[in-house]
Amino acid sequence: MNTNTRSKLAIPDDLTKRREMLKDRLDPKKQRIVVCGDTGCTVCGSRELVPVIEKVLQERGLAKKVELKIAGCLGFCENGPLVLVFPGAVFYQQVQAEDAEEIVEKTVLQGEIIERLLYTDSADGRKITCAYDIPFYKLQKRVLLETGWYIDPLDIDDYIAHGGYAALAKVLGEMTPEGVIAEMKKAGLRGRGGAGFPTGLKWEFCRASAGDEKYILCNADEGDPGAFMDRSLLEGNPHAVLEGIIISAYAVGAKEGIIYIRIEYPTAVLKIEQAVRQARELGLLGRDILGSGFDFEVAISKGAGAFVCGEETALIRAAEGKVGEPRQKPPYPADVGFGGKPTVINNVETFVNVPLIINRGAAAYHEIGTESSGGTKIFCLVGKVKNSGLVEVPFGTTLRQIIFGIGGGIKNGKRFKAVQTGGPSGGCLPEEMLDLKVDFKDLAQAGSIMGSGGMIVMDEDTCVVDVARYFLQFLKSESCGKCFSCRVGIQRMLEIYERITTGAGSIEDLDLLEELAVTVKDASMCGLGQTSANPVLSTLRYFREEYLAHVRDKRCPAGVCRPLFRYSIDKELCIGCGSCAEQCQAEAIVETEEGSYSINPELCTRCGVCMEICVADAIIKG
Amino acid sequence: MVQIALNGLRVEVDEGMTILEAARFYGIAIPTLCYLEGLSPYGACRLCLVEIGSPGQSKLVTSCTYRVEEGLIVRTDSDWVIKRRKMLIELYLATCPSSKVIQDLASKYHVTSVRFTPWYEDCILCGLCVRMCAEQMQGKAIGFAHRGSNRKVTTPFDKESEVCRLCGGCMYVCPACQSRCQGPQEEQPVCNACLNLQQPCLDYFDDKMCFMDPCVACELDTNRELKVKRRL
Repeated sequence: MNTNTRSKLAIPDDLTKRREMLKDRLDPKKQRIVVCGDTGCTVCGSRELVPVIEKVLQERGLAKKVELKIAGCLGFCENGPLVLVFPGAVFYQQVQAEDAEEIVEKTVLQGEIIERLLYTDSADGRKITCAYDIPFYKLQKRVLLETGWYIDPLDIDDYIAHGGYAALAKVLGEMTPEGVIAEMKKAGLRGRGGAGFPTGLKWEFCRASAGDEKYILCNADEGDPGAFMDRSLLEGNPHAVLEGIIISAYAVGAKEGIIYIRIEYPTAVLKIEQAVRQARELGLLGRDILGSGFDFEVAISKGAGAFVCGEETALIRAAEGKVGEPRQKPPYPADVGFGGKPTVINNVETFVNVPLIINRGAAAYHEIGTESSGGTKIFCLVGKVKNSGLVEVPFGTTLRQIIFGIGGGIKNGKRFKAVQTGGPSGGCLPEEMLDLKVDFKDLAQAGSIMGSGGMIVMDEDTCVVDVARYFLQFLKSESCGKCFSCRVGIQRMLEIYERITTGAGSIEDLDLLEELAVTVKDASMCGLGQTSANPVLSTLRYFREEYLAHVRDKRCPAGVCRPLFRYSIDKELCIGCGSCAEQCQAEAIVETEEGSYSINPELCTRCGVCMEICVADAIIKG
Repeated sequence: MVQIALNGLRVEVDEGMTILEAARFYGIAIPTLCYLEGLSPYGACRLCLVEIGSPGQSKLVTSCTYRVEEGLIVRTDSDWVIKRRKMLIELYLATCPSSKVIQDLASKYHVTSVRFTPWYEDCILCGLCVRMCAEQMQGKAIGFAHRGSNRKVTTPFDKESEVCRLCGGCMYVCPACQSRCQGPQEEQPVCNACLNLQQPCLDYFDDKMCFMDPCVACELDTNRELKVKRRL
């Protein structure tokens, strides 16, 4: 359907009619090429791929017959650029521009499979054709991400064809605001932003709050390093976010909404702006939505991307155009929020769940997940894991299933050491905790947090002391500095870490560190400070031996903290080629009388170059 | 009026009061560095932490911002509060040892050693001066710039302010730069010379030290356990 037929949808029936007209878009036999347009794949060259495929399709006269789509994130970021060919969901990975012609020629025209572009299962070495058979996808429960495979995020009609805005029509036509809230509560939906506050309850508080002027704020300020699920949702399915926002506005009684999105996500900004524009054109935003008498408008506010602005009170201030600093709660935003008015703040992922709950019904939705947390959660599985990418699993899935099942285990045959959940302010969990069921409560008990869903896997070459130091470094530069305990507490913890990682630490330092960490946790104003102690406390709890090795034996077992390990040359293995001595910038390697070489630890800077170039593997770290 | 339990005492306070105001009204001292009557509460110094809620489900909140509500249980000097407050004072002392206000707090809370490298900074970023200038003097000549460890109080773009009337209000309220303590040395930032000025404890109650003013020094007294035993 082209743009000139875009007339407003005045009543729910118009929406149904429009969907009926778009029916052929759902045709399962229709040939489609879906190219991943997400950042990871774009970096690997998916943008160059699209014009080439377009050109080949034009040349063969297939432009009308075969649909070419640039989707949002397809999930398996490790192996980008990704291309899916329908029907059959043929999955091609690491596709480059020169493969485009072959894909059209063989797969589209003749139905042949190109072996070399297929995914090879690391467990048994077999090639897998269909995307749904790949363990990475097969073991997931993709209810939020699924639609992203089929729709063009820039086209509202694609979303409508796939059942989009049906939930909104249902809500506006058949449900009362209280009914919507009750449905959310029954579904067990909890905020996906980190704290996991029950969404229905939050809406109820805001609805009960005094005043006519209320706001909906969408938190799209995803700040955790290594987390990209909100970006992927905004880029892959922006209308689902928007639909969730409109439904929540109806439930709460808000007339205006604001999407606070970081400017570092230019593609996501572009797509959500386009989505808002299209929804407005069709009358899904604005006055009298679908003839229900309900008015709602959405504005987009772009933030400069400070980590602390993901905290709700800081986000409100930033959206108001002030310095992004949190304030002490209570009063909570449900009472005093944007412009001093009652405000509901939810995360992007929370909003995407809303239409799903309405469409499926709360009971069916809650069948997935655990008693306390309903539904699925998207994780960004990154780090030293074989299959990194976007992973959606039900609450209650164990860490082992995620890391070793979907993730395929640790890269390069190394051993698993720890997993950090919840971004920089989450905790590191050891191997013993792998059978932990992932939900808000269990993770908190284990000393970590759900956070927004980052999951960083670490192998045996990682020093957890150094990891904690690294995260504190991040938090130090991202702390707003308003409250004393967070600003100074983090700096002081970092000071202690500097001592420990350079060999100047003592056993008393560990006690001081713990005492300081719990103070920062208990005394800080906002979520940033309160969770900043998590990496410290969790590593102290689970990896105390490693800390002791640093302070007592002055040794870094993983060989990361430079002053705490040494390189030496095994004389038996050394073949005396001398290439290490040639490469050593510090001139720390000298020839010995026996014709082999030795390293002077005084001069050695622990750069590790010698170890890398040694052909005889004679250089030992430890 | 709402009824709250303040350190085990049932008291009635005006609705809309903060815990800090209520406690001070009933003569219970809560230390603060960023609070001043007449200025909006800021909640940055974290010293006014109190424990609220029934045991087991309690949490720490800043009393300067938390408003009283019916049936609220407040403990201003529980073990938990004191432990965290002591650590904060130690951090303050290490940051800014030359402030008499902070040295006095340290004396009162028996903070006798500092386990961090002293910084000898002149500002604790309590923000009193900024609020004084904006709210009482209608000046808005100074504000915060930068964030985190680089945060500082300054005039816009660090230039000489045209709106500053040199009233001195900012200096008048400053807990760090006005009255100085000469005691701290390069190596040992604790002065503790005023330690002898602490008041003797009158009696020991279950929830608080003295009836009028919970003398924290008493709770921190290393002989406290002995004292309790003696009483029993």
